[in-house]
Amino acid sequence: MDISFDLLINAIAAGLLLGGFYAAVTAGVSISFGMLDIVNIAHPAFIILGSYIAYFFNINYGVDPILVSIIALPAFYALGAAVYQVYYQSFEKRGQESLRGLAFFFGLLFVTEVSLILVFGVDYRYVEAAYIGPSIHIGLIDLPLRMLVPCLAALALFGAIELFITRTFTGRAVMAVSQDQQALQLMGVDPIRIKRIAFGLSIATAAVAGALLIIIQPVEPSVGREYIGRVFAICVLGGLGSMPGALIAAVLLGIVESLTATFYGPSWAPAVAFGFLLLTLAFRPAGLLGR
Amino acid sequence: MTALLHVNNISKRFGGFVALDGIDLEVQPGERLGLIGPNGSGKSTLVNCICGTLQNETGSVHFDGHVIDGLAAHQRTHRGVARSFQLPRPFHSMSLADNLRVPLLYTVHARLGGLLRSAGELDSRCQELLEMVGLAKKAKQMPRDLTQVEMRKLELARAMAAEPKLLIADESMAGLSHSEIEDILALLVRLNERGITVILIEHIMSAVMSFSQRLAVLVSGKKIADGKPEDVVRDPEVVRAYIGQ
Amino acid sequence: MNTAKFSLITIAVGAVVMAFAHWVHVDYLYFASYTILQFIVLATAWNILGGYCGYVNFGSAAFFAMGAYSSVFMHKLFPLPVPVLILLGAVVSGIAGFGMGYLTLRLRGSFFAIATLALAVVLQTLVVNWDYVGGSRGAYIIRPEEIEFAGITVNYIEYLFALMLGLAVLSLITARTIERSQLGFGFATIRDDELAAEASGVPTLRVKLIATTLSGAFMGMAGAPFPYYIGYLQPSSAFGLEYAVNSIAMPMIGGTTSWVGPLVGAILLGSAQQYATVTISSAVNLLIVGLMLVAFVIIAPNGLIGLVQERLRAWRKP
Repeated sequence: MDISFDLLINAIAAGLLLGGFYAAVTAGVSISFGMLDIVNIAHPAFIILGSYIAYFFNINYGVDPILVSIIALPAFYALGAAVYQVYYQSFEKRGQESLRGLAFFFGLLFVTEVSLILVFGVDYRYVEAAYIGPSIHIGLIDLPLRMLVPCLAALALFGAIELFITRTFTGRAVMAVSQDQQALQLMGVDPIRIKRIAFGLSIATAAVAGALLIIIQPVEPSVGREYIGRVFAICVLGGLGSMPGALIAAVLLGIVESLTATFYGPSWAPAVAFGFLLLTLAFRPAGLLGR
Repeated sequence: MTALLHVNNISKRFGGFVALDGIDLEVQPGERLGLIGPNGSGKSTLVNCICGTLQNETGSVHFDGHVIDGLAAHQRTHRGVARSFQLPRPFHSMSLADNLRVPLLYTVHARLGGLLRSAGELDSRCQELLEMVGLAKKAKQMPRDLTQVEMRKLELARAMAAEPKLLIADESMAGLSHSEIEDILALLVRLNERGITVILIEHIMSAVMSFSQRLAVLVSGKKIADGKPEDVVRDPEVVRAYIGQ
Repeated sequence: MNTAKFSLITIAVGAVVMAFAHWVHVDYLYFASYTILQFIVLATAWNILGGYCGYVNFGSAAFFAMGAYSSVFMHKLFPLPVPVLILLGAVVSGIAGFGMGYLTLRLRGSFFAIATLALAVVLQTLVVNWDYVGGSRGAYIIRPEEIEFAGITVNYIEYLFALMLGLAVLSLITARTIERSQLGFGFATIRDDELAAEASGVPTLRVKLIATTLSGAFMGMAGAPFPYYIGYLQPSSAFGLEYAVNSIAMPMIGGTTSWVGPLVGAILLGSAQQYATVTISSAVNLLIVGLMLVAFVIIAPNGLIGLVQERLRAWRKP
C-alpha cells in the first residue's frame, strides 16, 4: 500500500478535528455514566434529536445551527431532568437499575429513533451555513471549516463543562455525589437534586453535540446507533469520570478512525470504535486514566 | 504450629487512597481473633482481600498452607474461608431456607463431590442452621419480611452453612440488643469449640473483649497493635487512635 | 409436574398446532406464524441470560444473524439440509456467546450490556464487508417448492414452519428444565446478588458463561432457517432493529421470572405486530413496541405474568 505523506497528514488532521468533536459528544455521557453511573444508552438518540431540531430551524428559518442549539439548551436540560426523575422514581430508588434501567433507556433510544423516522423519514438531512464548504489550507494540510468550526465549538463546550465541574459549587457537588453520596447528604445537599441537575446538564450537551454533528455530516435517524459505541468506547478508554481522559481517548479514536477510513475505506469506520471498546473492556477496563 | 491464615505484607489502593498499607497478620487454627479499628481503617477491605472479593496489590495471602492469591472468591469459599457481609446481602427472591441451600449446594455439596446429600438431608441441614440463629419459624419467609437484626442472623447462618474452617464475622452485632449480642457470641463460641477459627470484627468493645483470645487494631490501613486484649487496650497508640477521633 | 411430563405435553401441543396448520394450509398464515414462533425462541433465549441471570443482551440480532449467515455461507460452499444448518447455527452462535462472555462477564452487568451492542455493530460491519456472503448487496437463496421425506412430499413453507415449531418447543422445554434445576438456582443467585453468590461458593463466571452460550446458541438456531424463509438476505434485515427490541420487549412485557413470560410476550406482541404491519405501517408498529417496553418497564416490572400473579395473590387473601 502506497502511503503518501500528503494523505497521511490530512487523515491525521481530520482525525484530530473529529476527535475534538467526539469529545463534546462524549462530555454528556462522561457525566451520566462516568459520574452518576447511569448507563444512558439513549444519549446518542438525544444527540440526533438535537441534530434534527437544528436542521428544522436552519432549513425553515435560516438560523445558524449552533445558535439553534444554544437556544434549545434549556429545553434539553428540562428534558434531561424529567427523564432522570422518571429513572430515579422507577428504578434507582428500588435498586433495579441494572436490568430495568437499561431496558428503559433502550426503549427511549428506540422510541426516539422511530419517531424521527416517522416525522422526517429516512433520507439524509443536512444544514446550510457560511462555514460549510470552504477550507483553510496550511501547507499540505486541508482543514475544512465544516469540521474546524464544530471542533472549536466542541472544545469550548468541553472546557465550559470542565470549568463547571471544578470551579462551581454545584459542579463539585456532582463530583462528590459520584464518590460519596452519604457525605454529601451530611453536608445538607440533596444528592437527588444534584444528580438531576447533572443529568439535565448531560442531556443539554446533546443539543449542542447534535447541532455540531449535522454540520460535520448529513444525518438520518439511525446514525445515533453508531455513536453509542463511540461514546462508550471513549468513556471507558478514557477512564470513567475523567474528563481529561475522555478528551485524550476521543482524539485517539478520531485519529484511528480517520486513518482507517482513509486507507481501508469508510465502511470499516463503525467497527473501529466498537473494536476499541471490546478490547478495552477485555484488557484494561479501568481505561487509560482510570479512577 | 503453622498458621491457618497468614496475611503477608498486603496493600491495596483505590485511586489515590491507600486502604491497606503493608498488613501482616497471622491467625492460628482454632483461634478467636478480634479485629477492631475506627471507621474507614480498612477492616472491610482486609476482609475482602482475604476472601477474594478484591485482589491485593502487593504481598500474599496464605490459607491452610497454600497461597490463595489469584483464586476467585468462590474457590476460597470451597477451601474453607467464609464471611458474613457487613451490610446483609440476602438473595431476595428466595426464602430463608433457600438462602441457606445456596452455600450448602455450591460449597459443601461440591466439596463432597456432589454425591452425599439428598434433598431431605439438605432441608434438615437448613432447618438446623436456622434453629441455631433462632430463625427456624421463618424458614419459608422472604428476606424482605425480616427485621434488620434477623437479616444479620441470616447472614451469619449463610456463612456457617458453608462449613468453613475460618469464619469472618463482619460487624454482625451492630444494632442488636444486649441479649441478642450474648446469643450471637454464644453461637460463635460454640462454633469455635467445634474447631472453627473465628475472626470477629466489631465496634462493640464488651463483645470483642469477652470473645477474643487475641486482638488486632487497624488504623488508616496499618496494623498498630496485635496481642493479648488486655495489653492492646492499654497500648498508648491504640488509646490515642480512639480518643483522638 | 416433572420435566418428562411437561415435555410430553408441550410436544403434544406442538403436534396439535402442526396438525391444525396443515389442515388450514394457508401460506400467509404459515409465514406469520413462523415469525411468531421465531420470536418465541428469541425471547426465551434472551430470557435465559436476561431474566434468569440479570444480564441484559442488546445484541440479540448479532447472534440471530450469525446463525443466518452461517447458513448462507454453507449454502454457497456445500448445501446441507436445514436441520443440520440449525445445529451449525447453534454451534457458531454458541461459541460467539461463550467468547463474548469470556471477554466481558468479569466486568459489571452494565459493561456487558454495552459490549453486546458493540458486538452487534462490529459483526454487521464485518458482514457488510464480506463479499462471499453477499456483503451489503445481500444474498439470494432460492427456496425449493417442496421437499421429499421418505416418499412424502411436503410444502417447503410447511417444512420450515414445522422446524421452527420444533425449535420453539425445544426452547420452552429447555427454559423450564433450567428453571427447576440447580443451574437455574445458580442463575437466580447471580441475579439476586452476584457478590453474595460468589462468596457462597457459586462459580459465577462459569455459570454465566453457560447462560451466554445457551442463549447465543438458541438465537443462532432461530436464525439458521431465516435465509430460506425470506429468500433474500440483507445485513440490514438480519441485523434489524426489530430483533434487538423484540428480544427484550417480549420477555420484559410478558414477565422475566419464568418460561411463560417470553411465550406470552412473543405471542401477544408478535401477533399485534403482524396485524399492525399489515394495517398501519412497520415503523408505527415498532414505535408501539418501544412505547410498550418503556411503559411496562416503569409500571409493571414483573410483566404481565407478574400482574396476573399479584391478582391471584390478592384474590387468595380475603
